[in-house]
Amino acid sequence: MHSKCIFLPTANSTLFDQLGGQAAVEAAVDNFYRKVLKDDRVSHFFDAVDMDRQRAKQKAFLTMAFGGPHNYSGKDMRTGHAHLVARGLNDSHVDAIIELLGGTLRDMGVQEALIQQVAAIAESTRNDVLNR
Amino acid sequence: MVTVRYGTHTCELKEGESLLDGLLRHGVPVAHACKAGSCGSCLLRSVEGQVPPSAQAGLKDSWKARGYFLACVCHPTGDLIAEPGGSDIRIAATITALDHLTHDVVRVHLACQAPFDFRPGQYLTLFRDDGLARSYSIANLPEEREIELHVRRVPNGRMSGWLFEGARTGAQVQLQGPSGECFYVPGRQDQPILLIATGTGLAPLYGIVRDALRSGHRGPIHLFHGATRPEGLYLAKELAAMSAAHGNMSYTACVLQADAPGPFEIGQIGQVVASRFSELDGWRGFVCGDPSVVRSLKQQLFLAGMAMRDIYTDAFLPSAA
Repeated sequence: MHSKCIFLPTANSTLFDQLGGQAAVEAAVDNFYRKVLKDDRVSHFFDAVDMDRQRAKQKAFLTMAFGGPHNYSGKDMRTGHAHLVARGLNDSHVDAIIELLGGTLRDMGVQEALIQQVAAIAESTRNDVLNR
Repeated sequence: MVTVRYGTHTCELKEGESLLDGLLRHGVPVAHACKAGSCGSCLLRSVEGQVPPSAQAGLKDSWKARGYFLACVCHPTGDLIAEPGGSDIRIAATITALDHLTHDVVRVHLACQAPFDFRPGQYLTLFRDDGLARSYSIANLPEEREIELHVRRVPNGRMSGWLFEGARTGAQVQLQGPSGECFYVPGRQDQPILLIATGTGLAPLYGIVRDALRSGHRGPIHLFHGATRPEGLYLAKELAAMSAAHGNMSYTACVLQADAPGPFEIGQIGQVVASRFSELDGWRGFVCGDPSVVRSLKQQLFLAGMAMRDIYTDAFLPSAA
């Protein structure tokens, strides 16, 4: 008789592993990007001219927020968002993005405790994103 | 300061300047058109020096291995010696027919003098004997003997003007390519497919829709063709016949304005599509033609639930020259 091999999160497994790793990012990115484009509070910050490039950026962001391997530095966050801050990016927009991120994860059936951890990582970039 | 040698010319590139712009600034004649890394007109070959990978993005591996790169998107970080590219990768072809399909679309048939492999929906670069180059989508299937292109007459367009008025059957041209990722990939045969073209964006879709049908695609296939006015529609009879012959294929013509009703919908193509199909989760989409329409339709399909990886587009960029 065969026993099924089931991946069980352990105390040692990272947030990224518990969320399902890169496959979870891939599963989330279209839904997240769609939510962003449909949300009047933030859609105007997301250039829809090159959607593939924009999607790649969302993917990098989700990978970071999911606790995965990434190359973001605080400096990148600052330079990458400076032009948006000049266009009025503020706390309310960061709040909206964290809310949409949570909604994306809830759609995927992720437990609330993990969603809070993802929100905390996104929250930790707030001051860099807003250049202050 | 980066120095580039090209033939007998030597020039220094300004900060941020592409290799193509640098050569043109020095009066060096280099074929070019889109200046956006897509049409393939400015293909050069590096003889010595390092070409940035971004200048080779999308090229065939066999071309990359031989040092080919696109000058318009090449920003070298070190000195480079380059030479004209293409002669060993272009094939000769003869214009065999020029049919005026509308007041501003001519169908060009070409007989190739060597095999030219492509996937229906890809595009090629057409070179006139004086070196003028433009890219056009391929509308035929590989097993058909001749290459078919649909060329829209561009105001003051040199190549399209020539194909409209100056060119004669029997004229010799050269073809390079193919390029492009907008084509039908067999598999998921029950997936619904939506194809939307404006103007000569119909050319690649005319190839793709026939490719899907002959590959035995079973899911519904809906083709929309948009034009400004009814006289801008073409191949309507052929497409209506195709729809009659295949139960899973539909064809909808769409115009922005018309003086009288006809076998077409009147309205913006995006709205016509949305009124028929608003939930596209699990669908596959192809959108070709005018860049701004392609951009907005891509977003429309995505927001209607189509996965980004299932949306194939080809925006027809105007020539920068």
